[in-house]
Amino acid sequence: MDLASLGISMLSMGGMGALFAAGLAVANKKFYVEEDPRIAMILDNLPGANCGGCGLPGCGNYAESLVLGRVELNGCPVCNDDVRESIADIMGLRALKGEKIVARVLCQGGNYESAQKGVYLGIEKCTAAHITGGGDKLCLYGCLGYGECVDACPFDAMHMSENGLPVINEDKCTGCGNCEEACPRNIIEMHSVHDTVFVACRNEDSPKDSRKVCIKACVGCSLCVRGVEEGQMTMENNLARIDYNKYGRSHELPTAKCPTQAIVLMESTPAKNIDKHSVVVVSKEVLSA
Amino acid sequence: MSYFLIFFSAAIVNNFVLSYFLGICPFVGVSKRVSSAVSMGMAVTFVMLITAVVTWLIYHLILVPFDVVILQYVSFILVIASLVQLVEMFIRKVSKPLYDTLGIFLPLITTNCAILGLALFSVLRDYSFMESVVFGLGAGAGFTLALIIMAGIREELELAPVPKYFQGAAITMIVAGGLALAFMGFAGMI
Repeated sequence: MDLASLGISMLSMGGMGALFAAGLAVANKKFYVEEDPRIAMILDNLPGANCGGCGLPGCGNYAESLVLGRVELNGCPVCNDDVRESIADIMGLRALKGEKIVARVLCQGGNYESAQKGVYLGIEKCTAAHITGGGDKLCLYGCLGYGECVDACPFDAMHMSENGLPVINEDKCTGCGNCEEACPRNIIEMHSVHDTVFVACRNEDSPKDSRKVCIKACVGCSLCVRGVEEGQMTMENNLARIDYNKYGRSHELPTAKCPTQAIVLMESTPAKNIDKHSVVVVSKEVLSA
Repeated sequence: MSYFLIFFSAAIVNNFVLSYFLGICPFVGVSKRVSSAVSMGMAVTFVMLITAVVTWLIYHLILVPFDVVILQYVSFILVIASLVQLVEMFIRKVSKPLYDTLGIFLPLITTNCAILGLALFSVLRDYSFMESVVFGLGAGAGFTLALIIMAGIREELELAPVPKYFQGAAITMIVAGGLALAFMGFAGMI
């Protein structure tokens, strides 16, 4: 191959390229589609890794779905709070600022707290245990401890404690709700990190029965309901419920009278030196009067 | 060779998808609904037709006179890529739902080997300008035909009691194989 043909090759290919590029540029102007300008602005803010962590092919699709309201603001697991805040600004959703959603485990009936009724030797899955006689715990509402929620977590944000209860790593938790769906007993709920007071029990048995199955069960004594303003807490089926809209998010706890310590404070701890295996990230301070 | 024979050969006897097994990706990917199969077929036919025209011009007016036939692959791909960009812009402007339906398979026409195959075949067979235009039309028609047949069968299949282990991709492959076998019946006609 001599130099001349090299030159010709470069010229002809370059010429063709330039021609097609010009054609496409004209076509782009002609076929320009008006896009919501917010899509481009959000895309600028997104990490741009196109990792697919949100379940969509890329950041562009996520930005578009976000504007169309098909996905939630916390759908992107890679974004940090700052990014989320700036996207909320673009979307005009100021109320959502910093509102991180995390999973909360509403059961304290671990191996130590709850009573056993027998030995379960079946498939080591919560769903399997749940449908075969309710597993080995006496409580028909509590955590079964086989960690189906942990398996369902796509972000490695959960692990089982030694006591046999799921523990949530708030920094990794994105509030996707997979664990909530996986739990056959609906123990896990998604809450804003600003909600701090929880009735960590689901037992709807009569006071007499629930006291037998777990030392930390809500026995339905109504002491907490009497201690707060009208409507902030209610009793339903022997179980205290908190109305978060009325209760607000104050850290003051007029509910400290719970005799079984079923009402707990769950607060975020700063993310420092978290050891995967040992640290309980959600601090559960048992309330005392 | 008469134009009719070229058309008939490209569309049926030597069908690009079912005899040459080119362009299998959209054949499996966009054959769930007849309507989207038709649109995909149209898009591919358009790209094929223009490709046939432009590549013939490039080959005979640039590559051969300047003795740089070695560049045919690169320049053909360049043509195809630009055309697909154009079609993509056009479809996006005209019909956003269609754009969403075709999804990733629309830009993937660029790498659809049926189209590069068409350009290379028409060089290989030394077609005249009109012949390669007819060849492009025939190939596009054949591609659309294969896609529509496949989509028709797959729409019916959704109602059929397919055995559990054959559901989904497996039965699709079996149907594709059956179709290819059927098209083998045309072999030797031309």
